[in-house]
Amino acid sequence: MRPHWLLALIAAIVLPGIFVAWMIWGGYEPNLPQSTFQADGPVGKLQKDLFWIIFWSATVIFVVIEGIFVYAIFRFPRRPNQPIPPQTHGHQTLEIGWTIAPAIVLAVVAVPTVSALWQIYNVPEEKAGLAIEVRAHQWWWEFKYPNQGVVTANEVHMPVGTRVHFTLHSDDVIHSFWIPKLGGKLDVIPNHSNVIWLQGDEPGEYYGQCAEFCGEAHAFMRFRAVVDTQADFDKWVAAQKAPASAAATGAATTGEALFMGKGACTACHTVAGTNAKGVIGPNLTHVGSRTTIAAGIMPNDHENLVKWLSDPGGIKPGNKMATVIGKSIKLTPDEVGALATYVQGLK
Amino acid sequence: MSQVAHAPEHPTVTGIDNRKLLMWVFLASDCLFFGSLIATYLIYFGRSVVGPYPHDILDIPVTSVSTFVLLLSSFMFVLSLAAHTRGDYKAFRVWVFCTAVLGSTFLGFQVFEFQHFVHEGLTPRTNLFGTTFFTLTGFHGAHVTIGVVWLLTLFFLSLRGKLGADKNLAVDLAGLYWHFVDIVWIVIFTVIYLTGVALGPGVGK
Amino acid sequence: MASIAVARRESTFWDTVWGWVTTVDHKRIGALYGITAFIFFMIGGVEATLMRMQLARPEQTLVSPDVFNQLFSMHGTTMIFLAIMPLGAAFFNIIIPLQVGARDVAFPRLNAFSYWTFLAGGLLLNSSWFLGGGLNAGWFAYSPLTGLTYNPGHGVDFWAVSLLVLGTASMAAAFNFIVTIVNMRAPGMSLTRMPVFTWMTLIVSILIVTAFPVITVALIELVFDRAFGFNFFNVFAGGDPLLWQHLFWVFGHPEVYILILPAMGIVSEVLPVFSRKPLFGYPFIIFSGIAIGVMGWMVWAHHMFTVGMGPVANTVFTLTTITIAVPTGVKIFNWVATVWGGQLTLKTPMLFSLGFIAMFIIGGLSGLMHAVSPSDAQQSDTYFIVAHIHYVLFGGAIFAIFSGIYYWFPKATGRLMNETSGKIHFWLTMIGFNLTFFPMHFVGLNGMPRRIATYSAGMGWDFWNMVETVGAFVIIAGILLFLHNFFRSLRKGEVAGNDPWDGRTLEWAIPSPPPEYNFERIPVVHSRDPFWEQKHPHPLGVPAGASQQRPGNRAQQPAVAHAAETHEVIHIPSPSYWPLITALGNAIAGYSLVYRFIPGLFIGGALTMFGLYSWYMEPTVKHENKKH
Repeated sequence: MRPHWLLALIAAIVLPGIFVAWMIWGGYEPNLPQSTFQADGPVGKLQKDLFWIIFWSATVIFVVIEGIFVYAIFRFPRRPNQPIPPQTHGHQTLEIGWTIAPAIVLAVVAVPTVSALWQIYNVPEEKAGLAIEVRAHQWWWEFKYPNQGVVTANEVHMPVGTRVHFTLHSDDVIHSFWIPKLGGKLDVIPNHSNVIWLQGDEPGEYYGQCAEFCGEAHAFMRFRAVVDTQADFDKWVAAQKAPASAAATGAATTGEALFMGKGACTACHTVAGTNAKGVIGPNLTHVGSRTTIAAGIMPNDHENLVKWLSDPGGIKPGNKMATVIGKSIKLTPDEVGALATYVQGLK
Repeated sequence: MSQVAHAPEHPTVTGIDNRKLLMWVFLASDCLFFGSLIATYLIYFGRSVVGPYPHDILDIPVTSVSTFVLLLSSFMFVLSLAAHTRGDYKAFRVWVFCTAVLGSTFLGFQVFEFQHFVHEGLTPRTNLFGTTFFTLTGFHGAHVTIGVVWLLTLFFLSLRGKLGADKNLAVDLAGLYWHFVDIVWIVIFTVIYLTGVALGPGVGK
Repeated sequence: MASIAVARRESTFWDTVWGWVTTVDHKRIGALYGITAFIFFMIGGVEATLMRMQLARPEQTLVSPDVFNQLFSMHGTTMIFLAIMPLGAAFFNIIIPLQVGARDVAFPRLNAFSYWTFLAGGLLLNSSWFLGGGLNAGWFAYSPLTGLTYNPGHGVDFWAVSLLVLGTASMAAAFNFIVTIVNMRAPGMSLTRMPVFTWMTLIVSILIVTAFPVITVALIELVFDRAFGFNFFNVFAGGDPLLWQHLFWVFGHPEVYILILPAMGIVSEVLPVFSRKPLFGYPFIIFSGIAIGVMGWMVWAHHMFTVGMGPVANTVFTLTTITIAVPTGVKIFNWVATVWGGQLTLKTPMLFSLGFIAMFIIGGLSGLMHAVSPSDAQQSDTYFIVAHIHYVLFGGAIFAIFSGIYYWFPKATGRLMNETSGKIHFWLTMIGFNLTFFPMHFVGLNGMPRRIATYSAGMGWDFWNMVETVGAFVIIAGILLFLHNFFRSLRKGEVAGNDPWDGRTLEWAIPSPPPEYNFERIPVVHSRDPFWEQKHPHPLGVPAGASQQRPGNRAQQPAVAHAAETHEVIHIPSPSYWPLITALGNAIAGYSLVYRFIPGLFIGGALTMFGLYSWYMEPTVKHENKKH
């Protein structure tokens, strides 16, 4: 008498099916800014393709095992007055079978894994393409193009279709360099100079974020990667190499005076072509040309700049600027406005 | 074993006394402890940024003497356990006291060495070699110190007549510990002193 | 637990308190472990809830980033070291001596010392909340973020020192259980007849005594750096931040199995009882457990796939890690086969065990996904990993722990927990758990890093984060119902009798709650399921693991009743307060180390030595001593 077999079969299909459907319906959102489901470069593509191989293998295993399991639960309830079931202790052939079967599946999965692994992590000595030195700080990113003579912060530009080697340095704690749509992350570790290569195949603006916990404002350590056409990239390099544009308006001139004087901004920031030669904070020579401020956390506009300059600690707790602004250096709202105008003009 | 009725222990599955098994497991665990300290030392070997480096400062002849002293103490302990097992408690006390004295002598060498190194400008804060050297040998010295206290406790218990034949196991356990500490030193001596100096100034930085 | 206390002659309130403080009875110590650990579990839960509330919507400021960082650091540490591990220890204490047929553990006072030291470590860690703030560098505490330069407060010191104290407690307990299991099994209980839970406890204990020395060294190095200016992790002196990571994960991966193997043991006990079938493939389950324990030592660097170890190391650790899927799979297949063809009674313990398997499969498969190091580079340090560890440690360990509580509650207290409440608790937990943690897979794959105090509105993570927070409150509802059920059942639960579930192992043969001495006569064991064989004399042939030579005698020799001697004196170890004094010495030394107060360190150390010395000199069984 097997009254429950159909019910058991339905449950065995429906219950695991709910999870698979949920995963696909809920999880697959390639359009989100940091989604790993969309890969716009070869590294990301390798990783994404590999993910799908593993994901579907795992899903098949999941559906089969959970299916059998759920079937058994529904199929074998205890009924009144049943005699004790056969006390089976095991089955040699089954044991051997389900030891070897997963081993074979894993061996098959291992092949594309190891192949992808060497393509991603085997960085050749001769590095063709563009070299960028990344220096991670608590909590912002510095990008240096040694062959182009460009130093910038929190917004890295790379030419489309070119292999870019990022050499990762840290002078403080461990961070992790991650641009999800271009490829997986690599940690930035003091006393180690890791090298990661990435390539953007589609021009556009990509989100990056620090992916290793690095202290109080870890959540606010983001950046942007801009993949330019070669022409745009060359134009950008030329613009970056030029000295900072001079203050154009009255407010900007006031702001410049504050920047160089009362504001003491020069202690930490560099603006090429001026007396500002500080190296503690981001290089601001062309900050006005960037799309975001404060390490990718706010759009670069006047209102946000005013907010940031008024209360950096409120926006990004623990950052070094917050130890002076509003404490040893007190600026009036008018002064903050002027300063913002000057900074924004640094295109 | 006439006093068996006194002991609450039941016969064990393995036939090894619970306390002895505990000691073996503890020593296995301690192997991992020293293993991790030695691993740290080796990982940092040659990575100090400033001196003094191992070959500048390690004195093989002196440490060979202290190593010999510690080895001799292990031999003394073998004699003391043998004496206790055959019921010769006077000989036991002589040998166990000798073991403790030799152990203390080893510690004396270590204190002298540490002072000498500090005088030469090597402290745990100086460089990676100082940090790893003092931590590793310091923890070994702490083990020896505990061992000496343990041996002296056995000595005084025996003096007060509280270490009879039924307490042979207590002597045995101290012996296991003492021999272990001795063996660890041989590894440390090889790794820090012999290797460090043999590899010379070029490598031992 | 009240009914254990009833068994004693205690008149006043203070007698009762004193009785618990000086107890060396493994069942009482187990109860203390369980209750303390559950309180810490709830503290960890409150920390988690605050985090979920903060992340329910983008850009919230319910807690500051600094507090958020403390919350997740302390949540991880609390759940691992103060909740799951000691809840496992509670089961070891209450169950192991009963399962192996012993009157107590090998070293009852060492057992008490383990508990008090664990309590001291837990209080030390949590007192940091009131003394300037807790750890804010993650439970993994990566150097150099834990250095004085980046972390001048005392949170790191509290964490490191309390973990040293907790490590002492764990190692002392593990020594005890290794000796108990190896040496104190009842006559006839060979290793091939040992209950699976006991087997897993043995493996876990071996992992503890081998893995904890490694973290001890790492913590000593950290404390020496912070307190005395050593250079272990001083980057400017050439120190290597990866040394910490290697030491931490060499410990940390075996630790994962320390957390999950007891759970697997519990499930392996519960499934056969509620399926009325023996465990399928017993030797394979045992061997898989051993294999997992051994292989757990070869995979640590899979926590470090993104540190730039290079292709060779990544390949090696990828291959070793995916290999662990084989023994894990074997276990799951055998559990499924145990259920297959059985007669299932879906009581609460069984529901939680079945839930364990269903959820653990998900956690295992997501684990396989990030064993594959190239694609792990996209998943590492995202919410996908958070989902994975919770499917393993909540869907796995916590489900099994609840299963174990419902299963052994009647043995420990003599009363059954309420079934209806239990079932509602199960379904609330199951639904709440999946609502909370399944969507974390989505946000992780869509780029949400873990350990971020907040996120921007435009990232597209809002909806599922809100769902997760709602799920967390469903779990809380389940926990509250469980607490109500637990305390109500203690007083008013249905009386259980010796064997409410038709159990198979020795603990069900004795009264509930067990008398102080457990077994009136030490049982003699003839098979793997001794009590089941006694109740149901094998109509279907010789049971596995049964004595081959004298099958005919088994009927005359029931598992639990007859021992050779008749007038055996039962030796009960005397209560002792020295373990508590020794643990107190540790606590004083711990606080002194946190505040770098050297005299206090010596006072604490001296008290510890004094406690140990007095303990060494104190006779184990007092009344016997008088016979001299």
